[in-house]
Amino acid sequence: MNTVIPDRIKIAYRYPARAVGAAGALLMLVSIFLPWAYGTAALDDMSYYGAPSPLQLCFGVLALTVLALLTIPLVGKQRLGKWAKVLAWNTTAKTASITALITAAIAVTSVAVELGGLLNVEIGGWLVIFGGVAAVASTLFLPDSPEPSLDEVKSPKWLQILAIVVLMAVALFAAAFALGQVDAGAFLTFGSFLVAVVMVLRQFGVFGWLGMAAAANNRVLVISAFVVAFLFPFTQNGSNANMSIAAQVLIFAATALGLNIVVGLVGLLDLGYIAFLGAGAFTAAVLSESAYSHFNFHPPFIVTVLISGLVASLLGLIIGAPTLRVSGDYLAIVTLAFGEIFRITMNNLDGNDGPDITNGSNGIPDIPDLNAFGFNFGQPHVILGIDIGRFANYYWLMLLVIALIIVVFTNLNHSRIGRGWVAIREDELAAEAMGVNTFALKLLAFAGGAFLAGVAGAVKAHHDVSVTPDQFIFLESAFLLAAVVLGGMGTVMGVLIGATILKLLPEKLRFFSDYRLLLFGLLMVVMMRFRPEGIVADERRQLEFHAEDEELAEEVEEELITHKAHLNPEREVFEL
Amino acid sequence: MLEIKDMVVAYGRVNAVKGISFEVKQGQIVTLLGTNGAGKSTTLRAISGLLKLASGEIWFEGERLDGLPAHKIVERGIAQSPEGRRLFRQMSVEDNLKLGAFSRKDTSGIRAEMDRIYDLFPVLGERRSEAAGLFSGGEQQMLAIGRAMMSRPKLLMLDEPSMGLSPIMTQTIMRTISELQADGVTILLVEQNAQAALSLADRGYVLEVGHIMFSDSGQALLGDDRVRKAYLGAD
Ligand SMILES: Nc1ncnc2c1ncn2[C@@H]1O[C@H](COP(=O)(O)OP(=O)(O)O)[C@@H](O)[C@H]1O
Ligand SMILES: [Mg+2]
Repeated sequence: MNTVIPDRIKIAYRYPARAVGAAGALLMLVSIFLPWAYGTAALDDMSYYGAPSPLQLCFGVLALTVLALLTIPLVGKQRLGKWAKVLAWNTTAKTASITALITAAIAVTSVAVELGGLLNVEIGGWLVIFGGVAAVASTLFLPDSPEPSLDEVKSPKWLQILAIVVLMAVALFAAAFALGQVDAGAFLTFGSFLVAVVMVLRQFGVFGWLGMAAAANNRVLVISAFVVAFLFPFTQNGSNANMSIAAQVLIFAATALGLNIVVGLVGLLDLGYIAFLGAGAFTAAVLSESAYSHFNFHPPFIVTVLISGLVASLLGLIIGAPTLRVSGDYLAIVTLAFGEIFRITMNNLDGNDGPDITNGSNGIPDIPDLNAFGFNFGQPHVILGIDIGRFANYYWLMLLVIALIIVVFTNLNHSRIGRGWVAIREDELAAEAMGVNTFALKLLAFAGGAFLAGVAGAVKAHHDVSVTPDQFIFLESAFLLAAVVLGGMGTVMGVLIGATILKLLPEKLRFFSDYRLLLFGLLMVVMMRFRPEGIVADERRQLEFHAEDEELAEEVEEELITHKAHLNPEREVFEL
Repeated sequence: MLEIKDMVVAYGRVNAVKGISFEVKQGQIVTLLGTNGAGKSTTLRAISGLLKLASGEIWFEGERLDGLPAHKIVERGIAQSPEGRRLFRQMSVEDNLKLGAFSRKDTSGIRAEMDRIYDLFPVLGERRSEAAGLFSGGEQQMLAIGRAMMSRPKLLMLDEPSMGLSPIMTQTIMRTISELQADGVTILLVEQNAQAALSLADRGYVLEVGHIMFSDSGQALLGDDRVRKAYLGAD
């Protein structure tokens, strides 16, 4: 994009470009005080003069960001001092404009779709698009900034910790706000706004710094993330709809973390992973006190969880033992078939085609709420004057499960076994030659991952109240895999984020349900093109995807050394 | 120490090694020479347990090795630095070395081994937390040898350690190999660089399309007309 316009023109027009861009940003700012829609039903009601809706305020934030990025550098390099160099002013202005325009386009399109036609878009809606286009067009004339280096700037420890805590608080607030959007257009617009904010912070250099701060204060990060997740039910004030989604997200995430061991660490492709969740769910359902279960053995929940996990890992061993010896392609096919066989078998254990265990396609309904730790999970409570419903109980239980999984996962990842797993992923033959018992380690990963899914399934059975075979279709396995790949294979944080996105979007976009798969397909293609390592990159995998960058960097470095004597003098003018 | 008897190894239905026998004695450097595709790497892979024998036997210190899984063979004291190095490129130097020691559980011994390797190859020690893929070819070869040494093998097998290296780097690697021998490690060296290999070797075997054509002491082979013609570029 930066090569479209010749440098000569960029230099000549840099001040007019800045002026036009700032004017565009001002237009966007003005637009939020004008109505965007003729009707009140679209998004979060953008039909007033002078009183911006919360979403319009989001545009205000983006507009002010663009304005600030374009005008602050005008104070001159002298006064900006080191901040002229460590922050990427120009490229961030460009990113902010582009993402603001995209977000505006989503908002305006949503207005048009929800109210039935572009005629329903009011003056403010057109103005924000117009301002956005002006800002994007003008920022294309700005010379690119060098890579930001904020992460190399020394900062006091209290500031780093404060930043992490603030970030977490903002994340909590944003998550609560996003979940509160019942309107699909509003949800999409806010989602796009969040993406815009993240991209702007990343481009500007703030994320690099935050990453450094997070790495330096890892414990603070993990604890505050958990505190925030723990506090989430308090933001919902008893709303069951959102808490149920949140609990489902955590069940899905726990399963994805299990798959992450198999796919992300060891590199085995499992296309039928949902069957392990199903095995756990059916086991817990059969062992529950549901009147539809044909077993008369009802152990306490702790025991049920263990049995569910063990049943799932036993299945893992049965599938893994014959297939893990042969090459990876077979494993993908066998697991794919296994997922289907599992579902069909559950359908057939109905007393006609086989023993009556699952009631066939009816499944096992009426599973009572969990009663564990001296606590009935079906009972709502009031804590600090806030209603905490049934789903919040399950949410907290899953949070505990996930915390345990994370502890086990991180310890494994840095252990001898974890190293062996990654070695298998990188070069199985070499790992074998080094004395890694590859078969045993693969089997261990397979059974261990299945165990986690089984545990998640046991909670799922009680949370969902009923377990039926058709909950465990292939599409679910595909979504689990997508969560791992999208989030970042081999990382905990990434998989949690990926699972949240993939579970949340379909819940909130029921409106689009016909196009949901298409949307995901697009999302995956875009990700694979622009960020194949996933949202969060595994430090060990960076090299795999950016080997050419490294080579390029080496070449550039060499060139720099040879040409150091006559560095381009024009470069100085260029940085602003 | 190591004895191969009538070993046949096949890929599918094609025999790559067609009944070879040879011996490596304690403390020796033995080299396998041969052109591309002669079956040298196949021989090493079979000894390491990465390939199954079609027939024949492998004996190591009085015990039968063939049929054992690869990790058991490493435990018995045979390590291999494979052709093309095959490092774990995304892992740090340190993690690569730790993987070489996968069969060992004595943490302090592993630490000491690692320090020994950093002494031997200081560049590895200086950049121990960098990813292996970022090192130059020669440095990667050092790491590959170091990684194989981490299991403290009695027999070290090196598959074309000079491949792709500059002459100076090749010399360094060859010097390291003779230092390892002086330390008491027995070495089975596969090379295309016959000159370098034979000047170190106590004994050499010449392999052609899966057969051992002839063998002799290293010095004798250096002077042998057939070897000079085929591998040393003399007319
Ligand atoms: N993985 C393989 N599959 C099938 N054939 C192979 C494989 N590896 C090597 N070969 C064949 O086996 C023969 C010996 O190969 P190799 O042992 O690699 O020779 P060298 O190491 O002496 O160059 C060659 O004909 C080669 O083509
Ligand atoms: Mg070879």
